[in-house]
Amino acid sequence: MNASPSAADSSKISLRDVAKSFGPKKVLQGVDLDVAVGESMVVIGGSGSGKSVLLKCILGLMAPDRGSIRIDGEETVDFNDRGRARVMRKFGMLFQGGALFDSLRVWENVAFGPIQSDGMNTEEAREVAVAKLGAVGLGPEIGELFPSELSGGMQKRVALARAIAREPEIIFFDEPTTGLDPIMADVINDLIVKCVSDLGATAISITHDMASARKIGHRIGMLYDGRLIWQGPVTDIDHSGNAHVDQFIHGRAEGPIRMQVRKL
Amino acid sequence: MNIPLLTVLGRMTLAFLEAIGAVTSFAFQAIRLAVQPPFYRRQLVRQMLEIGYYSLPVVGLTAIFTGMVLALQSYTGFARFSAESAIPNVVVVSLTRELGPVLAALMVAGRVGAAMAAEIGTMRVTEQIDALTTLSTNPFKYLVVPRLIAGIVTLPILVLIADIIGVLGGFLVGVYKLDFNDTAYLRNTLDFLEFQDVFSGLVKAAVFGFLITLMGCYHGYTSKGGAQGVGMATTNAVVSASILILTFNYFITEAFFAR
Repeated sequence: MNASPSAADSSKISLRDVAKSFGPKKVLQGVDLDVAVGESMVVIGGSGSGKSVLLKCILGLMAPDRGSIRIDGEETVDFNDRGRARVMRKFGMLFQGGALFDSLRVWENVAFGPIQSDGMNTEEAREVAVAKLGAVGLGPEIGELFPSELSGGMQKRVALARAIAREPEIIFFDEPTTGLDPIMADVINDLIVKCVSDLGATAISITHDMASARKIGHRIGMLYDGRLIWQGPVTDIDHSGNAHVDQFIHGRAEGPIRMQVRKL
Repeated sequence: MNIPLLTVLGRMTLAFLEAIGAVTSFAFQAIRLAVQPPFYRRQLVRQMLEIGYYSLPVVGLTAIFTGMVLALQSYTGFARFSAESAIPNVVVVSLTRELGPVLAALMVAGRVGAAMAAEIGTMRVTEQIDALTTLSTNPFKYLVVPRLIAGIVTLPILVLIADIIGVLGGFLVGVYKLDFNDTAYLRNTLDFLEFQDVFSGLVKAAVFGFLITLMGCYHGYTSKGGAQGVGMATTNAVVSASILILTFNYFITEAFFAR
């Protein structure tokens, strides 16, 4: 699965031999991944397989134990605060639970990046926030509410609006459809496809929702036992030739992936 | 039997030293970032209102009743020695040096320190702190620094007001219950009051403000494990701030008044 050096050089995001452990638990054991400019990569895998840790390592929220993480060819693992802040300008992130700031109104959440990080004045940032809320199908009146007054689906849409407010070059989606009904999940999938396409952004999504993975991804990779055991175009997922992938995408209890269950 | 006991004691000592190291490192990081831009003025004003303005009722009530009780208790003791005229002096010195800063700080630790730990702890477990990082905002600078500055600046103002309200409480009991002459009471209060009495109380207040906000931020920022972790952070913030207030109170008192 290792990509060639030339592929790594032209990649927007390039990971080599990334490993991360928590005590004796080895979560990532040497992940190699290349994501090209404008590509939408989906990482699938069971709960606890290290998908979120992978994203957090790329974002710099966690330091990997070893390995290389390059963004636009620039090594980011040993960045100081200033270097990290500069690279972070390229990122947008949709968190699993939304992670909206509950002390701020919806429009202030969306305008947070433009105001605090880009120094945009409040009025201008408010216009940006209203425009981004419109892009995810929410009216300006929603902007005056607090996150706690919104449904789960609306919170996800606000979080998406916040993630795209600064028009990032790279967007990460952490379980974007978890906890939503199938129709709202599809609405969020459509919005993700539209936003990524409109911005021309590079995206990495992590999910175990196969309908979502098929819809939003150009390529899919499966994380198992701390490694990417398969990756390829979305169209190849149904004939991957990998028993682990087959078991996962069909949601079968029987197969090479065994759950540790004790008798009652 | 001695070896397990020593092992336990050793582990406890190491854990204690590790905690002191972590808190000290946290405090130094905050101080370092406090002098570097950007400065979040809106956050600072919000925290000053939260710590100062919204704590006024509870601190004011504590101060007035403390002043009243102090006057009443002093009278029952001093009357035995015909030393009732010293009551205004005892009330004002006790309040400005000790009870004003300590009681105000303990009330603020319970009200604000707990709220801070709960708010930041909830932000930690709901990934809001990670979200700040992804929005190119240093969460430490955005959340911790304004709270620490607000604590250091606001507590002395709060204590000054508490001192005045406490003296008023003593005055009310002295004049309306113990039949002091109002002018004589006030003259006695002011004649015996020295600059150092008030100043030492304000220095204590600034230090206590730092400790309360430091403990609230530290325990909230480092909390983990969901609702239970946030609850534990809240408890730890209040308990550790209260202990530190009482400990530092002794050392500051010794620094100012020990002969």
